[in-house]
Amino acid sequence: MQKNPDIQNSQAKETIISVKNVYKAFGTLKVLNGISLDVVRGENVVVLGKSGSGKSVLIKIIAGLLKADKGDVNVLGCDMNTISNKDLQKLRLRIGFSFQSSALYDSMTVRENLEFALVRNKPQLSRADIDKAVKKVLDDVQLAGSIEQMPSELSGGQTKRIGIARTLILEPEIMLYDEPTAGLDPVTSIEINKLMNKVKDEYKTTSIIITHDLTCAKTTGDRVAMLYDGKFLRQGSFEEVFQSDDVRIKNFYDYNFITNP
Amino acid sequence: MNTETGQTTQRAGILGGLRDFFAGMYRLYKFIVQFFKQVFIPPYEIREVINQCYEVGCKTLPLITLTGFITGLVFTKQSRPSLSEFGAASWLPSLVTIAIVRALAPLVTSLIVAGKVGSNIGAELGSMKVSEQIDAMEMTATNPFKFLVVTRILACSLMLPLLVLYSGGVGILGSYLNVHTNELTSFRGFMNDAFSKISFLDIFSSVIKSAVYGFTVGVISCFQGYNATNGTVGVGKAANQAVVISMFAIFLEETVIVQFVNSFLR
Ligand SMILES: Nc1ncnc2c1ncn2[C@@H]1O[C@H](COP(=O)(O)OP(=O)(O)OP(=O)(O)O)[C@@H](O)[C@H]1O
Ligand SMILES: [Mg+2]
Repeated sequence: MQKNPDIQNSQAKETIISVKNVYKAFGTLKVLNGISLDVVRGENVVVLGKSGSGKSVLIKIIAGLLKADKGDVNVLGCDMNTISNKDLQKLRLRIGFSFQSSALYDSMTVRENLEFALVRNKPQLSRADIDKAVKKVLDDVQLAGSIEQMPSELSGGQTKRIGIARTLILEPEIMLYDEPTAGLDPVTSIEINKLMNKVKDEYKTTSIIITHDLTCAKTTGDRVAMLYDGKFLRQGSFEEVFQSDDVRIKNFYDYNFITNP
Repeated sequence: MNTETGQTTQRAGILGGLRDFFAGMYRLYKFIVQFFKQVFIPPYEIREVINQCYEVGCKTLPLITLTGFITGLVFTKQSRPSLSEFGAASWLPSLVTIAIVRALAPLVTSLIVAGKVGSNIGAELGSMKVSEQIDAMEMTATNPFKFLVVTRILACSLMLPLLVLYSGGVGILGSYLNVHTNELTSFRGFMNDAFSKISFLDIFSSVIKSAVYGFTVGVISCFQGYNATNGTVGVGKAANQAVVISMFAIFLEETVIVQFVNSFLR
């Protein structure tokens, strides 16, 4: 398997997210069927899969928002099955989650959205420190002008970027992106892809990126994993995965390039 | 905390309906238990409670002023003919005040709060739920149940008694206006008559009763919103159910409380 050279050199590939044989069902609907995934520090893993295949469920399990029915999930050394509420809260501050719907608090301005986590978790910070942090993340996502706007006044791409900025303010070690480019035009998608790569370089994050956009997968992923029927069909570099003769993978590839030329 | 509530498995027939009803009641019961567990554990989110109190109070004040006043005025006006027939129009102040303090103010005010605040909470929490804002809050190590639900339930329970006292006061003023224009009674004379038959216990039980109604509106609206599913359709449904079920529950409670209080008082 081809690996990113920086990862091989740095500190012997420390695995910081490990999912082993995880099952999850909602009532009679089996969503995950014994899925396994390891992510090493500094790597961007792209999870591909069609709508409803359980991609969001997978990262919600990693973030502790849902509990697995069966199987082991270990994130930054914490066992998610036995973790106490208090430790889970601490752990979550080290994980940034960019939601599929962006999930900006729509009763608050952009500024209040961004500072919410800081104000609540770091009461020792002064007003000036908070303003500085807000300004920094806004500059990172190039939206300094939107600070006093309400989320309803932002465009789709701006909303995504503010969503990402809101998670960056706590300087997370892990970023989980749920369909960061879904519903955006190709030009805006490319900007978001660049932003994700910039976040990786600047904040030294490890990321899981969920998408069904192959351009996004190709530009941001060190490794690609294809989710099908609640399991990973294949994992590897983009080329390795899509050189496969498996029709299920081929269909996905053809679909993307025929309908989004 | 678990976000996977609200799965509706479709089962046909009355039996399925009953089963769903009891399953829903059980979840509501657990929701209430969770409120009592969390309300005593710090952090208390006092700032947010004050914000919510302000929301509940401010949003409803104009409407409550208007309805309170009209209730007092109209009730007096409508009662006059039948009392006059017995030559007992002088009883109007005390009769109307008893009706307002014991029944009208708590009931009318809490129904208005159910309509105005309940639908607001249902829609707000519902849209936060379906657009993953509640999950997002959880990811910032903020307990969303405490921050969103506990604060709103507290605000409703604290504010409704105040609103009821206020609405009762305005209602009595409305009644005074009508009595004054017809019988030329002085303000002081009216008030003396009005409160001659009202005991502290009447006011006290109304206040307690309204706290119960406030709690009911808070719990039911938060429950509906917090468990909303199915996107925007679910948000509308949550807002609607919040109002309908709250109002229904208030009437049920009123019936039970009246029986209970009467068996003690008399
Ligand atoms: N909280 C929940 N309760 C019940 N069912 C759920 C819940 N969350 C997800 N599901 C179901 O699990 C399945 C997988 O959902 P998921 O959101 O993970 O899909 P996805 O791969 O992210 O799809 P998309 O690309 O459309 O976002 C869906 O059929 C969904 O209906
Ligand atoms: Mg999804």
